[in-house]
Amino acid sequence: MDNIWLHRYAILVAVCTFLLVVAGGLVTSNDAGLSVPDWPLSYGKWMPAMEGGVFYEHGHRMIATTVGMLTIGLMIWLWRVEKRRWLRNLGVVALGAVVAQGVLGGLTVLFLLPKAVSIGHACLAQLFFCLTVAIAVFTSPSWKRGPQIIEDSGWPSLQSLAVAVPVALLAQLALGAAFRHGAFGIIPHIVWAMVATGLVFLVGFIVLSQCGSHPALGKAARGLMVATSLQVILGIAAYASRINTADSVQPMPVMVWFTVAHVAVGALTMAASVVLAIQVFRNVRREAAEPASHGATA
Amino acid sequence: MRTKFWYALALTPALFLAGCGGSKEEAKNEEAAPPAASSAPAVDEATAAVVTGKVAFEGTKPMMRAISMDAVPACARQHSTAPVSEEVVVNGNGTLRNVFVWVKSGLPDRQWPTPATPVKLEQHTCIYQPHVVGVMARQPIEIINGDPTNHNIHPMPKDNPEWNESQPPKGEAKTKSFPRQEVMIPVKCNVHPWMRAYIGVVSHPYFAVTGDDGSFRIANLPPGEYTLEAWQEKLGTQDIKIKVGPKETKTADFTFKG
Repeated sequence: MDNIWLHRYAILVAVCTFLLVVAGGLVTSNDAGLSVPDWPLSYGKWMPAMEGGVFYEHGHRMIATTVGMLTIGLMIWLWRVEKRRWLRNLGVVALGAVVAQGVLGGLTVLFLLPKAVSIGHACLAQLFFCLTVAIAVFTSPSWKRGPQIIEDSGWPSLQSLAVAVPVALLAQLALGAAFRHGAFGIIPHIVWAMVATGLVFLVGFIVLSQCGSHPALGKAARGLMVATSLQVILGIAAYASRINTADSVQPMPVMVWFTVAHVAVGALTMAASVVLAIQVFRNVRREAAEPASHGATA
Repeated sequence: MRTKFWYALALTPALFLAGCGGSKEEAKNEEAAPPAASSAPAVDEATAAVVTGKVAFEGTKPMMRAISMDAVPACARQHSTAPVSEEVVVNGNGTLRNVFVWVKSGLPDRQWPTPATPVKLEQHTCIYQPHVVGVMARQPIEIINGDPTNHNIHPMPKDNPEWNESQPPKGEAKTKSFPRQEVMIPVKCNVHPWMRAYIGVVSHPYFAVTGDDGSFRIANLPPGEYTLEAWQEKLGTQDIKIKVGPKETKTADFTFKG
């Protein structure tokens, strides 16, 4: 059966993690992070009255619990059927990450949103999502069919460029989280957005020009560029709506939805960059240097 | 190499945890010791002065934004029309409500007796009442939930311990205090994000909050030279220097421009 059901389950985990990222964005945008003052219970119960900010915060916790359970299932399934040891270990890493994420979430509540912990919680959420997407890729039938090797002789190497993109995007996510949680102003996030976007399009064009017809690489590059374009537009909309509603007495829906969309597409962009990097490392080989000639004449 | 990777991964959560808590934890554990009692006598009523005044508003009256309580039916049901924000409340006579006026400097360096009577802060119809309240350092604040819904009370001080606690519907009142002077401490409810109040914590009893007629009265003030400050949450602060003699009633008016 080629473990197609494991692959489908991995996709389910990734999708639920994406929903969890959206739920987390709704918590912060609705200023509901401290609407449930206790943890791990909520108002001393497993299920409090879901009103106001509690709907977002406790809803986030319920989705997080579901994702945690799904991740346990993923790890167990990988260990039972997967022959690739590194992939089995990745399942353990995923479980460790989701547990750490839960603990960070609890700490944000108990210690009243310390900036470093809140930013760490936001960044680890994105990294965990990328991990679930990567596991889905690694368990896919197309991955198991093997690579289609392309040679690369350019400088910098495609592999180094492909690593630089997710690193740049992670820094951008961290700066965004730092702005959201009041650690930094907006300027670093805007400045780095230009750098990261430039890098994405540079790498995307290089990949497309060298290996645009490659089924995995072309698709990954195009996906990343589309996601990045959308993310820039949403970023502008989110900031504009924030400025326009700055004097409101409560978070306004237009600001909330643009901001949450920006967070969500940010996660997709980050995941797309990780998928591109994975595909580059799988399918691209550095061109071997030509052997030196021995007295050959023209 | 692989081993180092696992070690680094295991340490990463610890690094995050190391950044948590921090100043808030220290602030929680640290209470200001009461200042050494001065041997100075109580204010002499034979010479005590009074400062009165009004806080006026000039300019275009700001539009009061409507509050949407649709997300919480238990709150919305208590209002026949949408309530409006209280950020800048201009009274009918052109004065400002909810301005905190206090003696910022000039008082003798002494310990003032802290009243045992609590100041009340009520959550009623999902709005804090009053919107601005003054209290002495260490004076009890009695927080009441008169609503049919949970609230959480979350003061956000800079110089005092921060806390965040829930209060069930019509539950037992909470009594809290702040040990250090701080003008002003915002208070919010994360369940109902439109709810906002401000607490002015002062180390002496010479403060007031303007009401429906925009006036304030600070009595029993020792004669002397003082700086009086008026604080409004959106319009900022203004200072006036005054000098009051024995048994004098001085007028000090403020004007905020919109």
